[in-house]
Amino acid sequence: MTSDQTTRRSVLARMILIAVVIGAAAAAFAYTAGWLSPNRLTPNAIVDAFAPPGGPALGHRRNHAKGICFTGVFEANGAGSTLSSAPMLRPGEYPVIGRFNLGSPDAHVQDATERVRGVGLQISEPGGEVWRMAMLDLPFFPVSTLKAFHALQVAAGAKDPNAMKDFIATYPEFAHFGAWAHAAPWTGSYAEETYNSLDSFIFTDASGTAHPVRWSLVPAAAAVPVPPEELAKRGADFLEEEIVQRVKTAPQQWTLVVTVANAGDPTADPSRTWPEGRSKIDVGTVIVRDIEPEPDGPCRDINYDPTVLPKGIGISDDPFPAARSSAYRRSFDLRSAEAKYYPHTASETTP
Amino acid sequence: MISMLSRFTALQRTLHWLMAACILTMFFVGVGMVSTVAAKYLPLITLHKTLGVAILVLAFLRLGVRLRTGAPALPADLPEPMKLAAQLSHYALYGLMILMPLIGWAMLSAANYPVVLWGGVRLPAIASPSDSLHTLLWNAHVYLGFAFYALVLLHVAAALFHALIRRDGVFRTMAP
Repeated sequence: MTSDQTTRRSVLARMILIAVVIGAAAAAFAYTAGWLSPNRLTPNAIVDAFAPPGGPALGHRRNHAKGICFTGVFEANGAGSTLSSAPMLRPGEYPVIGRFNLGSPDAHVQDATERVRGVGLQISEPGGEVWRMAMLDLPFFPVSTLKAFHALQVAAGAKDPNAMKDFIATYPEFAHFGAWAHAAPWTGSYAEETYNSLDSFIFTDASGTAHPVRWSLVPAAAAVPVPPEELAKRGADFLEEEIVQRVKTAPQQWTLVVTVANAGDPTADPSRTWPEGRSKIDVGTVIVRDIEPEPDGPCRDINYDPTVLPKGIGISDDPFPAARSSAYRRSFDLRSAEAKYYPHTASETTP
Repeated sequence: MISMLSRFTALQRTLHWLMAACILTMFFVGVGMVSTVAAKYLPLITLHKTLGVAILVLAFLRLGVRLRTGAPALPADLPEPMKLAAQLSHYALYGLMILMPLIGWAMLSAANYPVVLWGGVRLPAIASPSDSLHTLLWNAHVYLGFAFYALVLLHVAAALFHALIRRDGVFRTMAP
């Protein structure tokens, strides 16, 4: 073998080495991005699983697609400051932008057919801190893990008539939700619902002490039960029509009630309620003064990501807020790119 | 500016390797965080924002140092197309180091998200909330991000080419 050949061989070996280094770096990137792991539970998988058979409602949130905006204030009474140093819990009045919504991916769902109602709420304060919440009128979350949540969406969308039965067999906690959905009274108004954080969060007070909490918006209006057959006669958008009229007549109020966990209460599982007898503190009143249609409303472009929190409030060991944040971000990225399908000017909206 | 330096200065080398570590971390944190719904999503996104701002600051510092100090000349026998490629890729690398953090920051602003870094440091919005602006910036951040990683791989391949195949001293100018 001539020395020329030796050189050529060693150059080739080094070129291969370079190719291997670059190839490995590219493969590591693809792996991290999830391109090599089709079974990874990604935000795309969660968001895609929501899509109804006809495809998602373009330009709308991928779930809780139908909603209506409101504005008002949060009047803090100061009692929350014993639990958290969040500036909007100090006595005062803070601007609120919110959104009443239905727990369906269908932007034109009939109001009477959707069991779950929700509210998105943003409280801001002059220093720039922002607190966003996404609450539901359920007393507990239907499932206890992200895997179960994804499986629920897949089962609900499956053609197989046994899919839901199989799902319930695997995730028996879902039976609680079924019992609630069957037995809990329906009301005729967004203003008569209690909305719950479901997830647990950590309030940190000025001395640095952490308090695991959940919170609820408890309405001033009495809940009047109405049978669903009765609601079905009220028109597809009766909830929106009703809240417009109601707020026109008088501002609607909710008390923000913070429930503090006792040691050992389950914070990591939003499907498990805390026992009675927990310390409950009224920290202020949410007052809804105006309702605005969503196409041009101030809530339209707000992502009610429950991990957008002021100082003094943080996430707990509950895995759902992080997952919701990731999936909501994906939903927001998609719908903001689809704005042309949901025109800003109400008059341009095609039914 | 081409200086009479035989190597980059110690400050330039320190900045280069420090930023190399930050930027490589950013690529993996970036694609990792947007493909997970696990609890690590939140710390990853905070790390991504914080490192991004750190890179922006370091990139301006580095650009200033580069303009003042210059760089060692490329070997005289390096073919012209390679010289051109070296020059253009470095313009692109500097451009991306500065642009990517700004695009990301503006993208969050356009989406009406508060921009909060590690330690609760809150940055002001640098863009008004807007669907169309958010979409433009989101696409720019994603596709320039992929292009940036490809460019870094090319940069590494070229460095190894100089070190292992041409053995022309170019790698030594930036070796730690």
